[in-house]
Order: sequence, then structure tokens, then C-alpha cells
Amino acid sequence: MVDRITDIWGERTPHPRGTVWPARVDLHLEEGVAEGDVERWVQSACLLCSNGCGADIAVKDGRMVGVRGRAGDTVSHGRLGPKGLYGSTPWASSPDRLTRPLIRKDGELVETDWDTAMGRIVEVSKRLLDEKGPLSHGFYTSGQLFLEEYYTLAVIGKAGLGTPHMDGNTRLCTATSAAAFKESFGADGQPGSYTDIEHCDAIFLYGHNMPETQTVLWTRILDRTRGENPPRIACVDPRRTAVAEEAIRTGGVHLAPRVGTNLALMNGLVRELFVHDWVNHAWVSEHTIGVDELRETVDPYTPEHVADICGVAADDLRAAAQVFGESSGVLSTVLQGFYQSHQATAASVAVHNLHLLRGMIGRPGAGVLQMNGQPTAQNNRECGADGDLPGFRNWDNPEHVQQLADAWNVDAMTVPHWAPPTHAMQIMSYAETGSIGFLWISATNPAVSMPESARIRRILAGDQCFTVVQDLFLTETAQLADVVLPAAGWGEKTGCFTNVNRVVHLSEQAVQPPGEARSDLDIFLMYADSMGFTDRDGAPVVKWRTAEEAFDAWAIVTAGRPVDYTGLSYEKLRGPSGIPWPANAEHPDGTDRLYTDGVFPTDTDYCETYGHDLITGGAVSEQEHRAMAPGGRAFLKGAPYTPAHETPGDDYPLLFTTGRTVYQFHTRTKTGRARSLNQAAPDAWVELSPTDAAELGINEGDWVRVESPRGAIEVRARIGRVTPGAVFAPFHYGHWDPDDLTDAEHRSANELTMTVWDPVSKQPTFKTAACRVTRLRAGEGPAPAPTNTASAPAPGTPTRAPATGGGAATSSHVLDETPHYALDPSQEI
Amino acid sequence: MPHLATYVALVDHSERTLAESLRAVADGHARQADVFHTCHTLAGWSERHREDLAPVVERYGEQDDVDEPERLRADALTSTREGEIGLLRDLQDLHLLATLVHSTWTVIAQGAQGLRDRQLLEIATSSTAETTRQLTWLTTRIKQAAPQALIVAP
Ligand code: SF4
Repeated sequence: MVDRITDIWGERTPHPRGTVWPARVDLHLEEGVAEGDVERWVQSACLLCSNGCGADIAVKDGRMVGVRGRAGDTVSHGRLGPKGLYGSTPWASSPDRLTRPLIRKDGELVETDWDTAMGRIVEVSKRLLDEKGPLSHGFYTSGQLFLEEYYTLAVIGKAGLGTPHMDGNTRLCTATSAAAFKESFGADGQPGSYTDIEHCDAIFLYGHNMPETQTVLWTRILDRTRGENPPRIACVDPRRTAVAEEAIRTGGVHLAPRVGTNLALMNGLVRELFVHDWVNHAWVSEHTIGVDELRETVDPYTPEHVADICGVAADDLRAAAQVFGESSGVLSTVLQGFYQSHQATAASVAVHNLHLLRGMIGRPGAGVLQMNGQPTAQNNRECGADGDLPGFRNWDNPEHVQQLADAWNVDAMTVPHWAPPTHAMQIMSYAETGSIGFLWISATNPAVSMPESARIRRILAGDQCFTVVQDLFLTETAQLADVVLPAAGWGEKTGCFTNVNRVVHLSEQAVQPPGEARSDLDIFLMYADSMGFTDRDGAPVVKWRTAEEAFDAWAIVTAGRPVDYTGLSYEKLRGPSGIPWPANAEHPDGTDRLYTDGVFPTDTDYCETYGHDLITGGAVSEQEHRAMAPGGRAFLKGAPYTPAHETPGDDYPLLFTTGRTVYQFHTRTKTGRARSLNQAAPDAWVELSPTDAAELGINEGDWVRVESPRGAIEVRARIGRVTPGAVFAPFHYGHWDPDDLTDAEHRSANELTMTVWDPVSKQPTFKTAACRVTRLRAGEGPAPAPTNTASAPAPGTPTRAPATGGGAATSSHVLDETPHYALDPSQEI
Repeated sequence: MPHLATYVALVDHSERTLAESLRAVADGHARQADVFHTCHTLAGWSERHREDLAPVVERYGEQDDVDEPERLRADALTSTREGEIGLLRDLQDLHLLATLVHSTWTVIAQGAQGLRDRQLLEIATSSTAETTRQLTWLTTRIKQAAPQALIVAP
């Protein structure tokens, strides 16, 4: 029996380089249920982070009562992490689920039936279409719907209504990953594979606290760093995370740059490759363009200059570059520390530059993983519910637009392609003025998760915009809506989703949704039916009724595109493992890694974008792109470092940065309702360095006020492991609380963050704001922050904080024989 | 070379006008966060062009009194317009100003070639490249703002 709150990653199964990762099956059932009591196991995958670990759902008496890892799954080899084990099912039977539609009457939300609720939505929608046309409509989705739902909504928006105003909260978590791929390689698509972990001899984690965000992936890395010929780890993070500790342990490097200076650091690393000639010249000249400009751009970033800007020792920078330059296989992973920080796209593209210069891409052990935050973020990008065109098509290429118009049998003029898709922050800004008068929000909670959340709440609560919210619970956002629709969640509906590693999983319906809740797919179909969207022949634009039909329709539009699903079907996905796209006649079992031939989707007629100016976001034109004749070569793109938009000064002397903890996911809609997880991280906190705390007279557990020019929070202080000058707050906590905390009104980290975004990816910059901290009063004890994660107390500070633990029992057993994984290079004969 | 000197003065003047106008638009539309930050960044570029040009201005002497190109001088935007349609018009004004800067640098680059004035040629070439980027951003942002402003803006 293992408590996976205490033991986050579970038992080690170390193994040598180049060998297959052993399988270990993790299982958790709710209290009082034994394995023999389970009536059915239903195939799925975990929906609590982008890793997408294969899982079976345990069903008893029509309820989901637990989960078990799928040993044959290529992603997880049977493992599950604490979030997946404890957080997957309890929310579903929570008494506060939404079970009936709600409608606003005289200022109050009251229960109603579906016909009345949908009738109201359709009435407003039709009126606005008549008065102002489709640009009055906006849709804001999630990273947690299924592929079939995104695609259906994309067709409604692009072929039915014709609005460019569609985006997902994926804008907040993963937009930079997509943007960086497009700038370097011409199209979205994860180049690397998790199997690179078994074959590399160095792993670089950039702004990626993997041990807490994707615990099972970190388990996979630990099984290598604790095995024979371990890889060296390099960590770029302003906090001393478990990654940083593993970097030190493996003889690698921990670089802790000042918040907001990532690009300077990256330019320094790229420069070192040039200086020491760690460059594969033949490969670079055959497979890339732009090397001379890049060399010139990074030239000023000497180690000493970088040290000045970033506060990182020049020799540490040299050491990190040397690890990169001299290893035979490097795997890089990137996440929010880069994506949600200043110059996000340019810094993430710089990771590609390092790999391209060494030709470190497309073979086992040499790869890039630009990570995602949420479990289905990838599908939002693929299907175009984020405003892009489905199938990684280029909205600026008339031929691509025509392909979709033909597939949907509508006039190409209907498909919004005349301007770049409207990103989330712009949608909110249009909703603020009433220019968007109809906003539909699905499965996301922007009242807590968007920057400057007080402003967002004002926009949603105002009369200038009619708001529909579709969710599992009456979230902070739903409370502000005009109509609330009860949605079915994971396990209560069928659909597919794709993890960060391109692996597509089928998640089958295990139980009935509560009350009158309906799947998001059914809700979208109901809207499409009621609106009567038709194609050129008067037939319905949305031509499917079930998830499986939606999947098949989606597969057809991916033909010939990088994201090729034509070889996939529900039947095929019912096998032992998820399958990574592209999957087609040529690759019936899918594809482990992209670009094995060094040919990239940059051809002008094929690419997803012509590219952008990394500093301004200005779009490269088709003619300019054609003149560069990329023809399958990757772009080496550089940009100079510029200081962050808000830097500390006299009034706000510290740097505020936000992030997450292993025990909570997003705004805690699911994890907050799982006892084991919630009690491990029950309330918000803020982390200060011992130096800053001493200067401000703050002790562990004291209540403090953290204030930026936009707002303030009042939470307890952890004297922790941030670098001096930085203040870290988890963003999960809004005013909803499972235990009805009375002080939950002032703890939402996004009260402080700025409305500012990256010029290319349009991802908001959550990680750089200036703030000041003042002590309010003594606390009742230590801060409510976990002690066994990056939020642990600073070494040597006496905190009396009890060790985090108390998780319910789980089981875990290592299989004697490792299953065969179809594409695993370690098992190829 | 009275005319080259006039053009040096003209580009100096139009870069200043552009920089001031960019800053005015940034502050006038501060609620559009990208407009605010990008316009300030682009204004910085124009100001740097003027700094780079300063030694040349000294060498040639600023000829401010030649009549003809006077008519090419545009005034800076001192106030900005309201709302989405206002932003669109302000961006168009910036585009006009940047176009004037661009063509003026082109003229100067030709003159510098003829005179084999390497310093001036380098300044003109690098400034033109950045003016092109300013124009590209303006076009991108105008495209983005136009449909909403023209069709639905309140
Ligand atoms: S790593 Fe992510 S997908 Fe896997 S079990 Fe944990 S939360 Fe779920």
C-alpha cells in the first residue's frame, strides 16, 4: 500500500540506457472498494495533465470508483501519478455537480429545462446575427474537451457562423509551444518522443517543473537518472525544484535566471555553440536557413554579459552549453517558465536553434518536447477551436481555406480567414466593449485563470455581453453567466484526446452523467440544430450525431496534412495502447518521432504559417516566404533580449511569478474535490526567499499582503526556495473552496498579473509582474504549502511544517515481463 | 550637396514625428496591451535611428531652409481617436508616417551610394530594414482590427 501524496513518483524501476522502460501498474480504488468488487473496467486515459497516461476506469454500481494504469500503454507503461490516482473520479459524484440548466431571471440564476435554456441562447444568437453578423459571436473553450467536441465547435464557428473569434484557455498554457513549432519548423507538431528519454545522455528542462506538472514523465526520467549510464540533467528555473536537485546529483547544471530574462540566457547558450564550434555544419547547411543572421543576433551575448542580465554565473552558463555541445543525444523539454514569461516564443524557438545547430532532432535520444499544460490542449490546436484552421492549415493560404470549404460544402468566403484568428485576450477585450455580444465559455474558469481577473469578472458580469457557460460545476465563471449548461465530464461521455507526445487515446463512457447533464458534443449539436446552420445544398453543416462519426469526419480533413489521422479509428484505438499520429496507410501503427529525414513542413504551399517577426509579431507575407525558398528546411530564428514590460522599481521592488503545485490542477475543479490531494495543498500561499523575508520581517506562516499595480492577495508566507527578489504564488486558488474557507476572497494570484501577451503566440505573460510584500500579522502555524515539492521550506529554516502526506492507499506492482510497445526503439530487433 | 542635406534633415524630422506619434498612439490606446507595448518598442527604434544619424547630421549640417521637400513634412499625431474604429485610423496614420520615413531612407541610401559615404549607407540600410518591420507590424495589426471595427464596433 503506497501513499502517493508522500511518495509522489512511486517505486523506482531503474534501467540502463537504450533499454525499454519497465512496466509498473498503479491502482487506486476509493475507500471500501476492493479490486474484486469492481464490476467493469472501462478504457480511457487520465485527463489531469498533458501527459495522457493510459488508464482504465473502475465502475461499481453505476459509479466511477477508481483507476488503474494500462500496462500496455506507450505513454505510461502502467503508471499513474497522484493527480491521476486520487483526482480522476471523486469529483463525478460530488453533491454540487450541475444537474440542470440555469437561466438568469431578475439577476438570479434559477433552474430551468433544456428547451428554455437553449431557446434563450438561440434567441440572442439569432438576434445578434441579424443585427451585427457573425463577428458579434465569440467562443472560449478549454484544454479539457474531447477532439470530437472541438472539431464540432470549429465547424459550427467556421462553417456555420463564420466567426474568427474562437480561442481556448490553451492560449494561456500551450500557445507558445504551437507558435514556436510553427516559426521553426513551419507547422505545429511535437518533433520528439518520450522514448527519447531512454536513449539520450543529457536532458535539458527549460522552465519546466516536470516532477510536479507531469509526474509520470518525471518518473520515466528518474528511472534513467537512477539507472546505468544516466543522462545528465540541466535545469533552467528560478526555483530550486526537484529538477534542479537532480541536475546537481547527475553532474549537470542548475541555471536560475532572473524572472523575465530567459531569452538572454538562451542567446548566451546558442552563442557558446558557435564559439566552441559545437555545430554540425553539413547538417545545418542542408537542413536549415538563417544561420548567419542567428550568429550575428547572438554575438553580443557573451557569458559575462548574460551573467549581468540574468544573474547567472558565467561559468555555469559555459558548463551548461558544454553539456549541450558535447552530449551525443540531447532531449529538451520546455514549459510555462518559458511559455508564460517575457519573450516566450523567441526563447522557445531558441531551444530549437540549439537542436538544429547540432542536428539533434529526429533520431532516438535527440529530440525536443515543447510541452502542453492541459490534457487535450493538443486537440484544440489541431481541430481549430483555438482559431487556427483545422489540420494545421494556413489561414493565409487560399488553397488551404478552399480545402476546408470543399470538405464542409460551404462558400470559402464563410470560413474566417481574412485576418489572424482572434486570441483570448482580444476576445475578452471585444466582449468588454460589447463588440462581441455573445460569448460562449466551455469547461474553463477565466474568472480565476485569466490575468487581471478582476477585470475579467467585470466583463463577464456586465450587460454588454450575453454569456453562456457550460461546465461540471457552478464555477466562479458560471456564477456570472446568463445561461449555465450542465455538462457531462470524463467517463460520462465518449471521445478521443491527444497527449503532448501526439499519442491519441480513446476514452469510453463508463457511467451516466448526473441528472440532465449532457456531453459537450450533444450541447454543441443541439445549438447547431436549433440555429439551422446549413451548407450549400441546404443540408446541415454538422453532419454527424455521435462521437465516433465526428472522429471519422475529422480524420478525413486531416488527409495529407502533418497531423494525419486517416489511419486511426475507434476500433484501432481500442487496442492496448494509444497511437501517435501521423497514422496513415504508410504508418499504420503511427509514428514515434517526426523529422527523421530532416525534412520539415516549411514549403510555402504546405506550411501552417509564413512566420512572424519574433519581436513585433508582424506577419511575414507569402511572397517574402516564397523568396526565402525554405523548401523543407527549418528556420533558425533569433531575436535580441529586451527587458520585461514591468520591472521592479521603488514602489514594487520584487518580481511576482505564478505557477502550480503537484497536488492541484488548474482552478481545482477536480483536484479540490479529491480529499487526498486537497488536504496536501488546501489553501494558497506565497513563497519568499529567506533574504527577502528577513528584510521584510516576515516569518514562516505569517499573513502577508502581496500587491501589484493591479490588485492584491492576502495569503500566508512560506520561506522557500525562490531566488532572492522573486515572489512565487500558485494560481490554482479562487474564491471557491471545498471547505468554505472564510478567507478565500483574497487569494487569486491572477489579481496581480498583467494584461500583456507574447507578440507571436499571444500567450499572456503570467510570470513577470512587479510587486511589493507587506506583513499583516502572525499566522497560526506554518504556511499551507506542501513540504515535499518545490514549495518546501528553504534548507535550514526551522518551520515546524509537518511533512506532507496522508494520501489514501494505492497499490503498485512492477511487471516481471515488460509488454511490447509497437514503436519503441528499445524493442526494435 | 544641398539636397542630400535636406533629405538628412527630412529623415531626422520624420523619424521624430513617427516616434512621437507611436508614443501618442501607445498611450491613447493603452487598454490594448499589445498596441501599448509594441508602439513603445517601435518608437524606440525610430529614436535609435536618429541617434545613429546624429554624427551625419553634424557632418552635412542640417539644411532646414530648402523649400521643396517641406511639403513632404507630416505633422505628428498629438491626440488619438476613441474606440476600435479610432484605433484603426490611428494605425493608418502611423502607416502613412512610416511610409514617408521608408521612402526617405531609400532616397538617402541612393545618395550615399553615389557619394560612397559608407557610414551613411550603413545607417540607411539598417534603418530601412527596421522601418520595414514597423510597417509590417502596422499592416498586421490593421488587418486584425479592420473587420471588427468596420462591421460590429459600437
Ligand atoms: S502524469 Fe498527468 S496524465 Fe499521468 S496520471 Fe498524472 S495527471 Fe494523469
